[in-house]
Amino acid sequence: MLTLNHLQLLEAESIHILREVASECQRPVLLYSIGKDSSVLVRLAQKAFYPGPIPFPFLHVDTSYKFREMIEFRDRFCESIGVRLVVHTNQKALDDGATPFTWGTQRCCGGLKTQALLDALRQGNYDAAIGGARRDEERSRAKERVFSFRDSRGQWNPRNQRPELWNVYNTRIESGENLRVFPLSNWTELDVWQYIHVENIPIVPMYFAKRRPMFVRGDQLISPEQPFIPHLPGEEPQLIKCRMRSLGCSPCTGAIRSDADTVPKIIEELFTIKKSERQNRVIDHDTDGSMELKKQEGYF
Amino acid sequence: MEDLLDAESRKDLLRFTTAGSVDDGKSTLIGRLLYDSKNVYLDQLESVTKASEGRNAGIIDFSLLTDGLRAEREQGITIDVAYRYFTTPKRKFIIADTPGHEQFTRNMVTGASTAELAIVLIDARKGLLPQSRRHAFISSLLGIPNLVIAVNKMDLVDYSEIVFRQIQRDFERFLSQLTSVSSYFLPISALLGDNVVNRSERMPWFEGVSLFEYLESVPVGAQATNVPFRFPVQRVIRPDLDFRGYAGQIASGTIRQGERVAVLPSRRQTRVKSIVTFSGLLEFAQAPQSVTLTLDDEIDIARGDMIVPAGDEPERGSVLKSILVWLSEEALDLKKRYRLKHTSRLEWAHIDVLEHRININTLEPEAAHTLTTPPPSLAMNEIGVVILSVSRPLYCDPYTENRITGAFVLIDPFTNSTVAAGMIQSTVAAIPELARHPVTPAERIARNRHRGAIIFLGNRESVGSLLERRLFDHGCAVVRFTELRSTDVDAWKSTLVEAAWLVIVSGRGVPGTRAVQPDETRIVTADGSWIVDLAAHEFAENDEAAVQEVQNALQRYGVLLVEPEWVDTGGI
Repeated sequence: MLTLNHLQLLEAESIHILREVASECQRPVLLYSIGKDSSVLVRLAQKAFYPGPIPFPFLHVDTSYKFREMIEFRDRFCESIGVRLVVHTNQKALDDGATPFTWGTQRCCGGLKTQALLDALRQGNYDAAIGGARRDEERSRAKERVFSFRDSRGQWNPRNQRPELWNVYNTRIESGENLRVFPLSNWTELDVWQYIHVENIPIVPMYFAKRRPMFVRGDQLISPEQPFIPHLPGEEPQLIKCRMRSLGCSPCTGAIRSDADTVPKIIEELFTIKKSERQNRVIDHDTDGSMELKKQEGYF
Repeated sequence: MEDLLDAESRKDLLRFTTAGSVDDGKSTLIGRLLYDSKNVYLDQLESVTKASEGRNAGIIDFSLLTDGLRAEREQGITIDVAYRYFTTPKRKFIIADTPGHEQFTRNMVTGASTAELAIVLIDARKGLLPQSRRHAFISSLLGIPNLVIAVNKMDLVDYSEIVFRQIQRDFERFLSQLTSVSSYFLPISALLGDNVVNRSERMPWFEGVSLFEYLESVPVGAQATNVPFRFPVQRVIRPDLDFRGYAGQIASGTIRQGERVAVLPSRRQTRVKSIVTFSGLLEFAQAPQSVTLTLDDEIDIARGDMIVPAGDEPERGSVLKSILVWLSEEALDLKKRYRLKHTSRLEWAHIDVLEHRININTLEPEAAHTLTTPPPSLAMNEIGVVILSVSRPLYCDPYTENRITGAFVLIDPFTNSTVAAGMIQSTVAAIPELARHPVTPAERIARNRHRGAIIFLGNRESVGSLLERRLFDHGCAVVRFTELRSTDVDAWKSTLVEAAWLVIVSGRGVPGTRAVQPDETRIVTADGSWIVDLAAHEFAENDEAAVQEVQNALQRYGVLLVEPEWVDTGGI
C-alpha cells in the first residue's frame, strides 16, 4: 500500500472532475487566465486526457490591460502544448474609452471582464466553462460548488445550486444554460504553489521577484505599463525589487516588495506573509461583499 | 526550507464535518481552529474585527470568520454547506461546515458524504439533545467512520468532570445502536480555547488529547486490504489506433499491472496490460487515484462499464433496496420517473415502494401506510427506505461496504435539480433474509410492477373483459368479477389490495364512497387500499379506446408502476 500525499489526493479529484466535464458536456472550454491557478489547471488537464490531447479549447478574456509579459507567456505556452487558444476582447467597450480610471473599477470590470466573458461564451456556444477558482480565495466562494449552475443570462443564484455528494456530479442543463466548473475547488494557495514546485510547472515570470519600475502609492506598487496611469507631472517610476502575488490587469493589480525569486522562496514567503492574496487586487475593495455581487452579475 | 518542502510531500488529507447549531458554539470552534492554526490572514481578521465592533464590541467574534454570504452575515446564521481549509505541517484539512437544524438535514448529508470524521458539538449545559443524536445518526448513515463528540462550554459548568461523564455515558448508550463507528469524547471550551489546540489546564481530570492533536493524528484514508477493486470507466481515451485506454478514478481497492480482471457488463476476462499516467507507467495503483488502464485483449468497453477483479464481482440488479434522503422542496412523487446517476451511469429510475420513513429524531421506522395523507411520500429532509427499479441493471455494492459503488443521486428530469441522495442496501434479488421472511406487500408490488386496486367500470362489460385480457398479457396479476356486492368489497378490499392484485369489477360504485367526477377517479380509502371508481365515467364508444383510457388512468394514478418501455433517447 502506498500512502498518497495531499497533492496526489487533490490531483486525483481534479482529474476526475475534468474527465467528467469532457464526458458529460457538449462544448466545454477552459477559461485560461494565464495565472498560477490556470497553469496548474492546464497541467491537470494534460494529465486527465493523456496520452490523448486536451479535448477542449482555451479561452482568454483579454481586457487589453494585462501585463505584456503575461501575453507573451500565454502565446508561447499555448503553442508549446498544442492547444487551440481563443482570445476575446470587448472591443466596443475599449472603443468607448473603458479604463478603470475613467469608468471606475466596477464598470470597467463589468465591461471588459464580465460582459466580455458572457459574450465569448455565447459566441462559442460553450455549455461548460472550466476555471481555476478555489474556495479558499475569498469568503463568498466557501459555498461555491464544483459544478456551478448559471442560468441562461449567465447569472449565479445561490438558491439554484445543486447539492454535491460523493464524487457524483449532476451536469444536466437545458440549452442556453451553462455550467462553471472549478476543479481546483479544494486546493488552497499553498497547495497550488507546492504543486507548481513538485511538478515544475511553467508560470509567468512576474510571480518572481525582480527589480521592476513601479509607481509607489503608499503600500501599493502600481505598474506604469499603461499610459493612462495617473501620476504627478514629472513623476518617474522607481526601480523596486518586487513580484506579483496574483495577476490581473496592470492598472489594478499591485505588486509586493519581495526577494522571492524561486518557487521555494515564494512558498516560504507565504508562511510569513499575513495579508490575503487578493489584498493587492484593487478591484475587490469597492464595497463589502463585492466579489459576491460580481458573481451574481455573472463575473466568474 | 528543504525540510519544509520535504515534510509537505508526506502530508495527508482529512475531510471532516462539523454540525451544530448557532448556539452550540460551532462557528466559534471553527474560527478558533483556523485562527489558532495560523491560517487566518491578517487582513481578514482586520475586516472581521471591524465588523464585530457593531456587535459584542471588543471581543473578537470568531464566528464572523466563517460566515460567507452577505445575507447570512447580516442575519448572523449560516444556511448552506461551507468548505473551509486549514493546514498543519502534518496534514491538510477540509471542513464541511453545515448548520445543525433539522431543516438542514440535506446540507449535513451533503457535507458528510465525503467526510471521514464528524465533530458533533454538544452544549455542556444542555446535554444530549435530539439534534446531537440526529447528527450522530446522519454521520453513521453516510458512512463516516470516526465521530468526535466535543462537549463545549465547559467553562459555563465549572469544568465539571461529572457533567462531562454523564453526557458521555448517555451518548455512548445511544451510539451503541448505530452501525460501527469509532467515537472520541472530549470536553472543550471553544470560546476560551480549552482542549481545542492546547490541552486545558483547567481540566486535569481529562487524560485525552486536544481536538487539534486528535484531528492531526487520527488515521485517514485507511482502506481495508481486502476491499475489492472497483473501477468505473469514466472515459475511453483513444488518440490513435495504437492506444486504447480506459480512464477513471479507482473507487476502491488496488490494481497491479498484469492482474486478471473482468469487464462488466460483458464479464469477459483479461489482464491489465498497463497503468498509464502522464508521469509514466505505474506498477501499482490504489483508490482514489485517477488513472488510465489498458488491457491485453480488445474488448468493447464504454463509459459506464466497470472493471473489477476476475472472480470478485459486485452485485448486479435493476431492483434496488435503498435508503433515500430527500433533498428537494418538491416531495417524492411515486408516479414519476427520475434520472439516476451512479458512478458514470445515467439511467431512468422509478420508486416502486416507500417501505417506511425513518424518524431521525427517534430513529424508529414509520410505516408508510399509516400516513394519513395519501399518497405516501418523502418530503425535503426526510429519510426513507425504498425499493426502486432502474432501467438497466447497475453493478453496485452495499453502501456500507463501498461509498462510491453503493451511492447514487436522483435528478428531476424537468428541473434538472438533484432531488435525492441514495445509498444502496442491496439488490432485491439478493436479500438473503427474505428467504425466510414473510412475503411483504412491497415485494409483491415490486414483482407485479403494479399496486393492488379495485377498478369499478360501471356497466361496460366488454370493456372489463378486454381490459382484463390486456392487463393479463402485459404481465399483471388481474382478475375480474362480474358482480361484487358492497359487503364483499368491504371485507375483501384490504386483502385484495395487499395481495397486489388488480380486481376489475363491472357494476356500480361502492356505496359510501364519494360520487365521482369523470376526471377524478382515484380514491384512496383510510386504510390505504386503492379503489378506482370509473362507474360514472363516460367511456369512448370503441372498446379498445376505452381500455386505453382506463390504462392511462391507472398509470396516471400510480397504480401501474412501469411504462411499457423505458425510453431514454437522451442518455449518454
